[in-house]
Amino acid sequence: MKISFPRMGYSYIAFKWLVENLGHECIVPPEPSNHTLDLGVRYAPEFACIPFKILLGTYIEVAQMGAQAVITSGGMGPCRAGYYWVMHKYLLEEMGLPMQIIAMEMPLLNLGDFWGKINRLRRSGGVSLKELARILKITWEKVKAIDDIEIRSHQVRPLEVKRGDTTRAINEGLAFIDAAQREHEIAEARQEALARLDRVPQDQSRNPLKIGIIGEIYVVLEPAANHYIQLLLGEMGVETDRSIYLSAYARKNTIVNLEGDLFAIARPYLNEAPIGGHGVNSIAETILYARHGFDGVVQLAPFSCIPEIVAKSIIPAVSRDFDIPVQTIFIDEQTGRAGVQTRLEAFVDLLQWRRSRRETVVEKRVLQG
Amino acid sequence: MIKAYLGVDVGSVSTNLVIMDENGQLLASSYLRTNGRPIQTVQEGIQALGRELAQEVNIMGCGTTGSARYLTSMIIGADVVKNEITAHAIAASHEIENVHTIIEIGGQDSKIIILRGGVVTDFAMNTVCAAGTGSFLDQQASRLCIPIEEFGGYAAKARNPVRIAGRCAVFAESDMIHKQQLGHNLEDIVAGLCEALVRNYMNNVGKGKEILAPVVFQGGVAANLGLVQAFNKYLGFEVLVPRHHGVMGAIGAAYLARDAVGKKGQTSFKGFDLEKIDFRTTSFECKGCSNACEVVQFFENKNLIARWGDRCGKWELQVG
Repeated sequence: MKISFPRMGYSYIAFKWLVENLGHECIVPPEPSNHTLDLGVRYAPEFACIPFKILLGTYIEVAQMGAQAVITSGGMGPCRAGYYWVMHKYLLEEMGLPMQIIAMEMPLLNLGDFWGKINRLRRSGGVSLKELARILKITWEKVKAIDDIEIRSHQVRPLEVKRGDTTRAINEGLAFIDAAQREHEIAEARQEALARLDRVPQDQSRNPLKIGIIGEIYVVLEPAANHYIQLLLGEMGVETDRSIYLSAYARKNTIVNLEGDLFAIARPYLNEAPIGGHGVNSIAETILYARHGFDGVVQLAPFSCIPEIVAKSIIPAVSRDFDIPVQTIFIDEQTGRAGVQTRLEAFVDLLQWRRSRRETVVEKRVLQG
Repeated sequence: MIKAYLGVDVGSVSTNLVIMDENGQLLASSYLRTNGRPIQTVQEGIQALGRELAQEVNIMGCGTTGSARYLTSMIIGADVVKNEITAHAIAASHEIENVHTIIEIGGQDSKIIILRGGVVTDFAMNTVCAAGTGSFLDQQASRLCIPIEEFGGYAAKARNPVRIAGRCAVFAESDMIHKQQLGHNLEDIVAGLCEALVRNYMNNVGKGKEILAPVVFQGGVAANLGLVQAFNKYLGFEVLVPRHHGVMGAIGAAYLARDAVGKKGQTSFKGFDLEKIDFRTTSFECKGCSNACEVVQFFENKNLIARWGDRCGKWELQVG
């Protein structure tokens, strides 16, 4: 079967390997472009959010490339996105592009459903059970390696001497991961990729500002959906960390992971029921970034996203209590890149001022004390 | 020769230029319509300032701001390029001591900037709607056949401002027409519109912000007396409109240029004689990878002086 999936950052490298090794042909989803968005906007309901539109556009593109099925996420109603796959299926059918949509529930929430679907893909691809265990393990190793490399790139880019060096280095590194077939090869590829990033000429005398990126999962994970915000900030000399990495729940070294209970952290500001989506996360993550000494936070929210709107109206209180500036950027097909650029530049100026003022205060104390 | 600094703010609607001396005294300023031709407007504006002052001043530094700030910086040879939020904040804090809040309404955007102790602590710009900005007022004034300069005067004469739905420019317009057809007089409608815009601004841009006095109201729209009164009424105290409210962005850019040249040592200003130079932009789609970046090239006469727009940095070029 020809299988595709939504594109979210660099994760496609791992998922491509998974699909191919399950014995299917992979249609790699193209990076979302203006064309993708145009397609999505044309066929989606106007008030659907931007993730819905980009995904629909992607599905149309992969259908035209021959994909017969798409693996995507379901969701036990975190927000309306949990139901998007059904809508996508209807819309594609109406357009005469019938597509099988395999919606995975979170394995942690519904292991049976997850297992059943993977197992069916395994059988239709003619892969043994023993093989499957290995394939899943390697996919997971790839996901983790990709995240490690990306995390490092966001630390290196603000220090790069020549603009674009880091981006070139990470692309080379990811190609190694793409080529790796076995566990030890992935480990070697990961080492080599990290070494390439470290070899990028860097100006260590800079002390970059640190900004945490929070918000709705799709616009946080897919650079094409968020105006390449981490790249943009990196090239402005800012180090970024984002709240969501696909491998995050298995690691302890990211600032946001499932080790700590986000609900418990957010509770002082929100003791009622959860607000769905990543709304609670956004509140808790603002607190986490403040505690880790970040200079500021950028919240990315698809226009009309209820969870993020609720979070946005609570965040000013968090921002005041924890003394951390937060800039919210709403994203939809109307959002101009120039507007985002202007806001980010001004936000970075603001953070720089705050920092230099804090430094002067400290200097004064040192001199007087 | 007086040592002076040049600030240029090229926005969607207007292009503002100022020349100020070392102490922040304005020597000249001009407020031009951009008319969708930023290159030409900047060239003409600089040329005109040159005719006025070239014999008397020595430009020590220049800065640009506004949505065409990068383009403009290449035309004039700017020493500093800054976003309009920072530029407005710098200008207001020089103009009014200990300013706490800046309300700025321009042609297509509106913003609020919160300062404490001379430092920007928070800001917001209108997100998804242009209701309440200068362009909308322009449009309504011309629909009512009132010159925009007199618009505010009408509002000031109102006795009972009508309530107009200001949430959205389209709804506001149809609501205005509705009120006209009911026979309300023009003054009350214009005043009602001003109040609706202020309400919209406060609920959208000003949401969740702590608005403390002194409040400075700047931007081209601050010339509108009706809006000033509507802000006073809403806030319960008087907003301050600086004398040069229309060119504050450019003033900020000039201050920033002064600081930048202080660090850098020398200006890159190309001089006032810009009209004879032919500036041109072209673009092409890079075929290097699937990103298909649109690469923009900027020419001065026949020389390529800058290239940008590529994500990987392959084509990037900046001369000087």
